[in-house]
Amino acid sequence: MNPLSRRKFLKISGATIAVAATIGTVTKAIENAGDTKSKGIQKIPTFCDICFWKCGAIAYVRDGKLWKIEGNPLDPLSRGRLCPRGTGGIGAYYDPDRLRAPLIRMQERGKEMWKEVTWDEALSYIADKMQKIKSQYGPESMSMFSHGIGGNFLRHTLKAYGTINFAAPSFAQCRGPRDVGFKLTFGEDVSSPERTDIKNAQCLVLIGSHLGENMHNTQAQEFAETVGNGASIIVVDPRYSVAASKAKYYLPIKPGTDLAFLLAWMNVIVSENLYDKEYVEKYGFGFEQFKAELSAYTPEWAYPETGIEPKLIRATAREMARYKPATLIHPGRHVTWYGDDAQRSRAIALLNALMGSWGRKGGFYYPVSMDMPGYPYPAYPTPTKDKVDNPNKKYPFAHEAITTGIREATITGKPYPVKGWMVYATNLFHALPNENETINAIQNLDLLVVVDVIPSEIAGWADVVLPESVYLERHDDINVEWFREPFVALRQPVVKSPHDQKPNWWIAKKLAEKLGLGNYYPWKDIEEYINHRMTAAGLSFDELKKNGIILGDKQPIYFDEGVPIEFFTPSGKIEFYSLQLQQAGFDPVPKYKRPTIGPPGSFRLLYGRSPVHSFSRTQTNRILSDMMSENEVWINANVAERYDLKSGDYVRLKNQDGVVSNKIKVKATERIRPDCVYMVHGFGHTAKGLKHAFLKGASDAQLLTRYETDPLMGGTGMNMNFVTIEVEA
Amino acid sequence: MARFGMVIDTKKCVGCMDCVVVCKTENNVPEGFNRDWIVQDVRGKNPHLQMEIRSERCNHCDNPPCVYCCPTGASHVHDLGGVVIVTHDMCIGCKACIAACPYDARFIHPEGYADKCTFCIHRVEKGMGPACVSVCPTHCMFWGALDDPNSEVSKLLDSRKHHALIPEAGTKPQIFYLV
Repeated sequence: MNPLSRRKFLKISGATIAVAATIGTVTKAIENAGDTKSKGIQKIPTFCDICFWKCGAIAYVRDGKLWKIEGNPLDPLSRGRLCPRGTGGIGAYYDPDRLRAPLIRMQERGKEMWKEVTWDEALSYIADKMQKIKSQYGPESMSMFSHGIGGNFLRHTLKAYGTINFAAPSFAQCRGPRDVGFKLTFGEDVSSPERTDIKNAQCLVLIGSHLGENMHNTQAQEFAETVGNGASIIVVDPRYSVAASKAKYYLPIKPGTDLAFLLAWMNVIVSENLYDKEYVEKYGFGFEQFKAELSAYTPEWAYPETGIEPKLIRATAREMARYKPATLIHPGRHVTWYGDDAQRSRAIALLNALMGSWGRKGGFYYPVSMDMPGYPYPAYPTPTKDKVDNPNKKYPFAHEAITTGIREATITGKPYPVKGWMVYATNLFHALPNENETINAIQNLDLLVVVDVIPSEIAGWADVVLPESVYLERHDDINVEWFREPFVALRQPVVKSPHDQKPNWWIAKKLAEKLGLGNYYPWKDIEEYINHRMTAAGLSFDELKKNGIILGDKQPIYFDEGVPIEFFTPSGKIEFYSLQLQQAGFDPVPKYKRPTIGPPGSFRLLYGRSPVHSFSRTQTNRILSDMMSENEVWINANVAERYDLKSGDYVRLKNQDGVVSNKIKVKATERIRPDCVYMVHGFGHTAKGLKHAFLKGASDAQLLTRYETDPLMGGTGMNMNFVTIEVEA
Repeated sequence: MARFGMVIDTKKCVGCMDCVVVCKTENNVPEGFNRDWIVQDVRGKNPHLQMEIRSERCNHCDNPPCVYCCPTGASHVHDLGGVVIVTHDMCIGCKACIAACPYDARFIHPEGYADKCTFCIHRVEKGMGPACVSVCPTHCMFWGALDDPNSEVSKLLDSRKHHALIPEAGTKPQIFYLV
């Protein structure tokens, strides 16, 4: 069993990453799952699905009933401790608002009027529509949106059918700009889980990244660890976040001016010769041109832009330099803010390059993985068309598919019509900006299928809704993670599904059969599939079932541990000056553009995460909703006073295009600048089936009618919306 | 006999509420109620701010007014570590203890008795610590014998600045916050 290095992985061009499939009955797969007649306590290892971090967990079944879930101590991600969402994961199983049976639409789309049907009826309906789309438009006109590991099986079925258009909001609505900015600079992206060596950082810089509220387990754990170790924390954020409360320096930046700030930091570091000279000389490309471009961006220049005093810009630049190379300027995760996000992320990459932190302890490590061959499938059909999301490489540096590109093609019918959407576990109404565009696109569809565990807003628009078993009731593909050490993890059923829900692998396999693609599912059941992959890798499936995790041998993860120093950029070096950007007509060194200003009397709408919720997926989870049942709008205390508002009062927000939010509770606080307001994402549900969350709080997504598309990679900058405060009569 | 107490490092706590969530699943706390909670104590004016984040619960006081005021003896100090406990069967739900508690740590359970943190005494009896301490992803919570100078909690209190909540109430709270 040889661990796979990142390098080797990148060199295997066109490598087949295992996709999944299976056959057979559910009964066998859950043979060992919670038996309602049994007495005593059973402990069953699995991995979490409340977010996509995939923490190893141990579920407890007491007297046949699901009781609680804890972290698996063997798991490198959870390190034996789950985050609050993971701990509250059993609430997903008990959620009374869950989807129970397959549904077919009875009235016009969006009316949420369905009839319950059998699985056979639902899948026949879908297969029939898909065959019609194929014969009339070609299989490329079917597309899929998905999020998380559970999408692997449906993706396999759709690939076998001939689909080529697959996208996840995690790229163009989240981390895409960051990954593009880093790839342009270092030749590799930051990936997920982030390769950030937070626990060893001696200086950690967070720019709008609110670790601790953004509860990606390992990152939050490492953040607390490094705070406990006395690391110097610098937080740049218009809002005094939890992380800001741990910081030595809190810099309350004017929203939208981060790039000006980053350029000024780099100006100080270069002009005062504070950078890692040896590292830059050895591995850098185009440093002199970069340096020349930076000279204009003095802290005095940045001051009126950012609102941060020059002496503080200098002091924090020197603070970062003091701890290099163990200075980590965190690249963030949800970074689709202003439409120039890839260039801002590139500036963050360049600042890290100046610190020499890439490949170094306390900076960015090189993740490793198990070498797990995929299942040998028949070849997929050869597509006759190009993907639809990014025609003519309009966004030349997009290295993943663009959700909003598929949506756009669905609206315009160009470059060719998109007639089917398969939507797996992603609520597009909360994930994509401008819901009218989503609705317009849906009008052009011949088929909209939603596979999910709850009746989300997007499910409300579906022709067919397929109820999936929650993660505690199903197998998924094994998780072969890229992380600090190689490991493989198993998700396996803990309890049986309470109604007519089915695991995604079963749905995908049955749909393939209906489509006449049963030959793409050569095994009897998912356990046989997993067993095949484990055996091929020389590992024991029994051991995996018993422990949930199998660890590989430790591998070097830093340059000075022996990771080969290579950069997969055109120059083979860290690109301070990017010729490929220049050739494509973009700035080879990032340039600052002043952000759009809102109408007088308006506030920029910012949004973020809560540690107790994942996106718009957990608001009906009774345990998590008990922690936070509605969101609040954060309003600067002085502003609130001007409006005669107190914490707990309700207001509505009206955006620049006249869209009015649901009512939302005020949090009058010193913790935010007076020029912006903030709310946690994912609330204000309007889907009738989400009874427990219906119209609780406001939806940020509904107010995001405007977005600025990143010309490098098609990401949608969404911090471009402004709201006024409408006081309730 | 040991004297149990808790030490919480406010520097590391991010207020994620995992302690609150796990208490619900471990102790089957009904919907709408919590035995522990998070406080974000903000001081100063923007942008010169400070914030202390605390996980709070029953302080298992050494001088517990809730015990003294209980007319039935349901609220009592357990032999094991001085933990303040309510015997559900003896509780008449009169709320005297709720009025007496300066920390607002108690509520009336839908089944009619006063309920609150027990330091997970059912776990303690098996040699484990409270669930909140065991689950905390930031490792900011510590639990143990305050009267043992070699315990982790005692060492932390010896080496770090700390405070307890509303000491002026004279209840002698047994939960301490490192600052």
